[in-house]
Amino acid sequence: MRIFVPADALARALGADAVAEALVAAAAARGETVQIVRNGSRGMAWLEPLVEVDGPAGRRAFGPFAPVDAAALFEAPDAHPKALGLTAELPFLKRQTRITFARVGVIDPADLADYQAHGGLSGLRRALAMAPEAVVDEVVESGLRGRGGAGFPTGIKWRTVAGAGIGQKYIVCNADEGDSGSFADRMLIEGDPFALIEGMVIAGLAVGADRGLVYLRSEYPDAIAVLTRAVDLAREAGLLGPSVLGSGHGFDIELRIGAGAYVCGEETALLNSIEGKRGTVRAKPPLPAIEGLWGKPTVVNNVLSLATVPAILAQGAAHYRDLGIGRSRGTMPLQLAGNVRFGGLFEVPFGLTLGEIVNSVGGGTASGRPVKAVQVGGPLGAWFPPALFDTPFGYEEFAAAGGLIGHAGLVVVDDTADMLALARFAMEFCAIESCGKCTPCRIGSVRGVETIDRIAAGDAAAEPLLRDLCETMRLGSLCALGGFAPYPVLSALNHFPADFARTSEAAE
Amino acid sequence: MTLTDRVADICRAHSGTEGALLPILHAVQAEYGHVPPLALPTVAKALGVTVAEVQGVVSFYHDFRAAPPGRHVLKICRAEACQAMGGAALAEAAKARLGVDWHGTSAQGVTLEPVFCLGLCAAAPAAMLNGVLAARVDATRLGEMLAEAGA
Ligand SMILES: Cc1cc2nc3c(=O)[nH]c(=O)nc-3n(C[C@H](O)[C@H](O)[C@H](O)COP(=O)(O)O)c2cc1C
Ligand code: SF4
Ligand code: FES
Repeated sequence: MRIFVPADALARALGADAVAEALVAAAAARGETVQIVRNGSRGMAWLEPLVEVDGPAGRRAFGPFAPVDAAALFEAPDAHPKALGLTAELPFLKRQTRITFARVGVIDPADLADYQAHGGLSGLRRALAMAPEAVVDEVVESGLRGRGGAGFPTGIKWRTVAGAGIGQKYIVCNADEGDSGSFADRMLIEGDPFALIEGMVIAGLAVGADRGLVYLRSEYPDAIAVLTRAVDLAREAGLLGPSVLGSGHGFDIELRIGAGAYVCGEETALLNSIEGKRGTVRAKPPLPAIEGLWGKPTVVNNVLSLATVPAILAQGAAHYRDLGIGRSRGTMPLQLAGNVRFGGLFEVPFGLTLGEIVNSVGGGTASGRPVKAVQVGGPLGAWFPPALFDTPFGYEEFAAAGGLIGHAGLVVVDDTADMLALARFAMEFCAIESCGKCTPCRIGSVRGVETIDRIAAGDAAAEPLLRDLCETMRLGSLCALGGFAPYPVLSALNHFPADFARTSEAAE
Repeated sequence: MTLTDRVADICRAHSGTEGALLPILHAVQAEYGHVPPLALPTVAKALGVTVAEVQGVVSFYHDFRAAPPGRHVLKICRAEACQAMGGAALAEAAKARLGVDWHGTSAQGVTLEPVFCLGLCAAAPAAMLNGVLAARVDATRLGEMLAEAGA
């Protein structure tokens, strides 16, 4: 009997290890032999730990599973109180189009053979048979845009690096994933690390780079462990090393661990951090594609951008490009977080409206109270009120509605949320995380906190000051930390003026 | 072995690494629980940079501590998804129970640190005690976690 118990950090944080132990003990007590596979997560947080059992009709799901549920799984699985039926039939999964996350939760992330049995390495094999320019063209054709936030076309970035002469070049994977409400990079690395490795190798072939570095945040100990092991396994199997799959092309990957600075997710701060410096932002130009790590041409891509490339190569650019809306092609792994009933990872083509995502996919709030607002795209993203729930999920569509999709994390809050407090938090976060290079960000954010405190104390005259300050930060900041922090602040102020209309009497 | 010798060993183990400063500082902190100021001259010498430069890097990153933490380190997520599920109340409960503010160490030896997102935002609020993650944490669960850790 083969039983799947996720080793994903979220599942473990909800007791998956104890569940795995209980299952082994319960099987032993009955004299049965079981094989426990520690897979990634299927992305349904409310069902974790989600246990699955192999069966003739497919995998059957049970959850949320507790150690006390173990014995019954061997006695009468069909009548098990936590039985959910066939995993593939669960509505949350059935409605998805999984391309980037096709294998996450399905395979054993420590088993390269399992990876290949589920389509792994076919993209790389195809790439190895192509000219490097053709690989770049294929990625351009797919319409894939950077999933780290800025949405720059991945293939175009690669073309710049490919054209930057010969000599040392680097592929840097941005796995700093600092946005609140985001966990797709973590889940991908923990559930399908070879997809990231394969994507980095393909990027290396395409642009002529033989060294890759992954900058992974220290807050993700499980992902660090899984990726470290996967890189070792890939090296043993010849997927990494002096001759990738015997092709004669060399490529190897090194891990670098962050140290708790949000701004190091910004690509030039990240490069400084890898170089052993303070994580301050560099002025652009030069672009990292021309002068990146140690001054060499460097591709910096998000985990999801890189991990999607193998599927694009394997299935062809058209398959990916034909999904989505407008200039947002393909699928996006949405992350539903905060006060939401069905939280987790939901990969779909671009184009669902925000309301469909929050209410129909997410099921509204976990508290059962009305949805007040949704912050999309991390701490620098705007708060969307229900009045804007008809906004289709896409880069341009969200920009037109005064927001951004960022890394596609969505944080839902219910009607008890205090939008003034959340606006204050955005300024406080900017003050804590500012790299200090420019005044509007470093000083402006501190002033922002003070100004919001004045509004909270009933000083209505402070509101125009706050707006001026936001304008100064927006226009005068070198990077999006200071430049976009006004988004959550102004969206809260504009959409929820009542939360800022505190009379002095009320404050006293 | 003296601190200086041990830190020199750590630096030597990283001599083949380009941009070794962060890996070295992580290794030093893994061993001592903090980055002792006394270690900085050794690190600076090994890398051929000034002590001020090393100090500048240490102070830039939130992870690196200048002083040893308590026997236990409790990190509570302060970011938005956790706030949406009562994270601020959890933090207040922790502060009250431990009798400290952020970065303080309680009489029982628990250091309380803020963290901005642990990637468990779909099962908020999240915390980490001595490197072990916990999700959907409330004040009761927090009490159990501290008790289990003997704090
Ligand atoms: C303050 C700040 C934080 C960022 N954090 C991240 C991050 O955690 N992960 C990420 O991939 N990109 C992050 N970015 C975006 C990167 O600068 C860069 O655009 C991205 O890594 C490029 O990869 P992509 O084209 O594949 O998205 C951040 C940007 C800013 C301004
Ligand atoms: S906006 Fe803030 S984080 Fe960005 S470069 Fe300026 S000071 Fe640094
Ligand atoms: S916001 Fe707290 S874990 Fe992500």
